[in-house]
Amino acid sequence: MTLESFNQIATSVWTVWAVLVFTGIVSWALRPANRGRFEQASRIPFDEE
Amino acid sequence: MFLRHETIEKNVILMVVLTLITVSIGGIVQIIPLFTIESTIERIDGVRPYSPLEVLGRNIYIREGCYTCHSQQIRPFKDEVERYGPYSLAAESMYDKPFQWGSKRTGPDLSRVGGRYSNDWHVAHLVSPRAVVPESIMPAYPALATRRLDYADVARHLQALHAVGVPYSDAMIANARADLATQANPDADPTALLERYPRAVVGKFDSQSEAITEMDALVAYLQMLGTLVRFSDLPPERLRQ
Amino acid sequence: MPSQAVASAVSRPQPRYVEDVVRAAVVLTMFWGIAAFLAGVVIASQLVWPQLSFDSEYLTFGRLRPLHTSAAIFAFGGTALIGTAFHVVQRTCRARLFGGAPLGWFVLLGYQLFIVLAATGYLMGITQSKEYAEPEWFVDLWLTVVWVAYLIAYLGTVMKREEPHIYVANWFYLAFIITIAMLHIVNNLAMPVSIVGSKSYVAWAGVQDAMIQWWYGHNAVGFFLTAAFLGMMYYYIPKAANRPIYSYRLSIVHFWSLVFLYIWAGPHHLHYTSLPDWAQTLGMVFSVMLWMPSWGGMINGLMTLSGAWDKLRTDPGLRFSVTAVGFYGMATFEGPVMSIKAVNSLSHYTDWTIGHVHSGALGWVAFIVFGTTYYLVPHLWNRPGMWSTRLMGWHYWIATIGIVLYITAMWVSGIMQGLMWRAYDELGFLQYSFIETVAAMKPFYAIRLLGGVFFLTGGLLMAYNMWRTIRGEPARVPAAQPALAA
Repeated sequence: MTLESFNQIATSVWTVWAVLVFTGIVSWALRPANRGRFEQASRIPFDEE
Repeated sequence: MFLRHETIEKNVILMVVLTLITVSIGGIVQIIPLFTIESTIERIDGVRPYSPLEVLGRNIYIREGCYTCHSQQIRPFKDEVERYGPYSLAAESMYDKPFQWGSKRTGPDLSRVGGRYSNDWHVAHLVSPRAVVPESIMPAYPALATRRLDYADVARHLQALHAVGVPYSDAMIANARADLATQANPDADPTALLERYPRAVVGKFDSQSEAITEMDALVAYLQMLGTLVRFSDLPPERLRQ
Repeated sequence: MPSQAVASAVSRPQPRYVEDVVRAAVVLTMFWGIAAFLAGVVIASQLVWPQLSFDSEYLTFGRLRPLHTSAAIFAFGGTALIGTAFHVVQRTCRARLFGGAPLGWFVLLGYQLFIVLAATGYLMGITQSKEYAEPEWFVDLWLTVVWVAYLIAYLGTVMKREEPHIYVANWFYLAFIITIAMLHIVNNLAMPVSIVGSKSYVAWAGVQDAMIQWWYGHNAVGFFLTAAFLGMMYYYIPKAANRPIYSYRLSIVHFWSLVFLYIWAGPHHLHYTSLPDWAQTLGMVFSVMLWMPSWGGMINGLMTLSGAWDKLRTDPGLRFSVTAVGFYGMATFEGPVMSIKAVNSLSHYTDWTIGHVHSGALGWVAFIVFGTTYYLVPHLWNRPGMWSTRLMGWHYWIATIGIVLYITAMWVSGIMQGLMWRAYDELGFLQYSFIETVAAMKPFYAIRLLGGVFFLTGGLLMAYNMWRTIRGEPARVPAAQPALAA
């Protein structure tokens, strides 16, 4: 079945893509250089009033 | 770089697009193959579109929310098969719009209730469940027995179903009203009806009333549930999904 | 313009926020909450005393159950989300709502019309019978219009923001709005029988319809009842605790992993059905994986309180929000367990599922709404605080006892019924007839009803407290005046 095999390929491609993107997001989130920006962002709710 | 998270979280359109892509993929990978992979639905004989009376009976089943307490999906476990009959096949609900598999069994599964009880039992039970089963917690539906079935536009129902893929022929649509009256009339000649809808159960389901009532339609639907596939003459290899 | 681009935001004047819409949404949320809890109590009592449908076709369990679920999810939850989304997005973006008050009112009142159309339809038997998507085609079309307006108002506000960064709460609200739009449209594609009639037939059939319905249904849980309320958590818990979220980086990971994983979990509603096995397995694997990000979010919410735990003693509103996060953690642990096929073979079709849903709906959704409302009412009406803190405390305990009664009763009845269905006697026959398993449920249904009555009572206390607060004296320094606040 071509569609069945397409489905299998799509699933594996998605898995690889998801892992890559996700690792990217996690490493970006945990990069020490970004700490300051995050601390600033987390104060947004307190900036007004 | 394009995909720096900083860019994403400052550009809301980019974020919307990425979120949309991410959430669509799950659906695409899970849903689309079900339409294209032939093995989703078994190739078995006997499953046919619902007869006009069954369609309207099914609509009453939907209207009254029967699915909130009754499933129509037997799982392949020993106890379920012994209690309710052979486990459900995907092919058996291929014309179900929408499906009625349900998610809760406050009452028993109904996917093979057809032929298990008499018409009179069903009528008495629907009018007053606790008169028949003392411990039952089902609501009573006396109104069904007194209200005439509105079937003037039943052909339009078949047309709408045809438009979303149920293979009703022109003859089925043209004869919808006549077929409905025939199925609820034990004295009529059912030959043409049975040719169009094999194994349709014919009779006056609600013997208490002269006119065709909503009770007739609902019981006609209940009496055909699970009766279309003859499991005794089904070779096992046909069951492969 | 150039002066506003400076990072130090503190001294800038506040824009004129649209707040009337938010105030109306808070009151409507309370109203729908009571309605939903009451409908729940009614159908719970019908399961104990079936005579309570009074042989009327308008009062049967089958018609009232969608009324209860829609009132809880869409009316109570949805109205709370529209109100808080508008409140959060304006304040975290430092921008007036896009489209101003007119668009805001259109979204809120248009959504109320959707609720009324859907609810009156259920009583008359107008339903598609797709769980949590029961409204018929004409109601669905109207909701689509309202939802697009909601998206425009929300997105427009984010786009004209003065804050360079988009605060994480907004990501959750946005993901909720766009995902629900996609799910709603695909799941509800249908062919009306007649343009002047209510009846329609869905585009999908059988196994495909089942998959699409639970792809919708589970993500209604994932994005409506989870992601959106997490948006609420990420704004209101820091505000009420007066300290920033424990870990902003964890919130980023939390967001993306939820969005990645949730959408796959739908097939766990269809274990051992005619759905092909590969789809069931996929659903199970992703459901189990969901446990991790969910607990990440829970830790993030709870740890925000670290160093401020004493506030829980003095602020019952915050106690509601924090308990909500606890229930979120409990429900998101129970969920993955129930999605394991072996467990599901026992739990499916039983009250265990109902109990699980309610630990999420009562413990997480309703509690976070209560906590948020107790924070919002004094703020929006410029009152020094709620009228009675003691009454808030009573509400907290009554509601908590109600939930505990509810979910323990459903655990026992669910597991018991599941075991009775599969019990064999020594001769190898099924031990119990179906009706025997129904009769055995009765005491637990009564306990569940009691739990529901407790929860409803708590809601009534809250409504009274809210009414007294709004009617009472304003605080002396009006916080609504701009520029003075600094």
